Amino acid sequence: MAKTQRVHVKVNGQKKEAEVEPRLLLTHFIRDVLGLTGTHLGCDTSSCGACTVIVDGRPIKSCTYFAVQADGHELLTIEGMMRDGQLHPLQQGFHEEHGLQCGFCTPGMILSAYALLQQNPSPSEEEIRWGISGNLCRCTGYQNIVKAIQNAAAKMQQKGTAA
Amino acid sequence: MIPPQFEYVKPSTISEAIALLQQHGDDAKVLSGGQSLIPMMKLRLARPAWLIDINGVPGLGGIREEAGYLRIGGLVRESEIEASALIRAKYPIIHDTARVIADPLVRNLATAGGNLAHGDPANDHPATMLALGAEVVATGPKGTRVIHIDDFFVSIFTTALEPAEILTEIRIPIPPPSSGGAYFKLERKVGDFATAGVAAQVTVDGNGVCQRAGIGLTNVGPTPLRAKNAEAALRGKKLDSAAIGQAAQLAAAESQPSSDLRGPEEYKRGLVKELTKRALMRALERARR
Repeated sequence: MAKTQRVHVKVNGQKKEAEVEPRLLLTHFIRDVLGLTGTHLGCDTSSCGACTVIVDGRPIKSCTYFAVQADGHELLTIEGMMRDGQLHPLQQGFHEEHGLQCGFCTPGMILSAYALLQQNPSPSEEEIRWGISGNLCRCTGYQNIVKAIQNAAAKMQQKGTAA
Repeated sequence: MIPPQFEYVKPSTISEAIALLQQHGDDAKVLSGGQSLIPMMKLRLARPAWLIDINGVPGLGGIREEAGYLRIGGLVRESEIEASALIRAKYPIIHDTARVIADPLVRNLATAGGNLAHGDPANDHPATMLALGAEVVATGPKGTRVIHIDDFFVSIFTTALEPAEILTEIRIPIPPPSSGGAYFKLERKVGDFATAGVAAQVTVDGNGVCQRAGIGLTNVGPTPLRAKNAEAALRGKKLDSAAIGQAAQLAAAESQPSSDLRGPEEYKRGLVKELTKRALMRALERARR
């Protein structure tokens, strides 16, 4: 067997470490080693974006990244979005605007939208669609997802919420 | 999908990375963004026994103009290129190219250096770099050498890089005034490879006469192609619709597409013609600004 390596990461603000095989994908590390199953594995071919997580502030597809590459980095998964028992405005937005049906793509959608709003707090509809173009949804036709992100952007602007 | 087993090393200097490549030869692969390599490993089309992660090597970042060249470091991500104010203002052809590669999530990891070094004729930067007359800087056991882009793409998935060399920089000669370029790609959906893509870069004089033209083609041959006949037909001519139409015709004729799921050969030739026309028109518009 290939030599295992010790991986240290900060996940949703908490320090974690584990001994892993180099070929372990970040998705499997998050789901199976850390037990955070909100990150989904969809197509497993870096097409669908269900596995989206944020590494050092930038969203990536965790099915196309090895856990060993994440050593020393900070991860944000959907489990880290809630603060003080309150849904994040994006989670609220998806709830209010019915931005999901089956929910499989939702964690990835929310994390991509989160990264978008950090860079661009009041995006146009076109910019939103561009920002989530790496995340596929087979239920909603995207219409309500766009509305959900607009809803969240407006709330965050109003409150001056740090995203 | 789980790739076969491999050993993972993350060197912290370029010389350490090169020494590892020398030591492991064909059993090693360089990992930069990994957005082509990792999918190939998962499909077991690539089975490196050693993965040399160069993301810890300093000095491979940065987008800057220096000594007559635009220099893009070997580890610069597509998303950095897309966001670069310098690229947007002075090299819109490169902005055009970066923004249609894969999707925003993939672009956060994928590098322009990897896009060239992978040697895939379906990748987008090669055509643009051919149109711009770029150079590739390779660092290996004997030091650094510069490879002109015309000599870089040897055959499908094969470049002029030696096994122990790493692509450390892309250099683009700063174009003279009254130059402009554009990249047009047709893709079936976001994230797909090009059905065909065309990059065009022109320099014109005060009368609109073409001084230099570079045209690169994506995914219509075993390697990225330069449409040399089309370029030659434009030089010394006023870039009117007749000249552009003729060049587009020539580019279609010298493309070498094959029929596949993205369309039959004839359709792709028609596409090359239309995209060449559009890319040249946009390039000219930008050259006049």
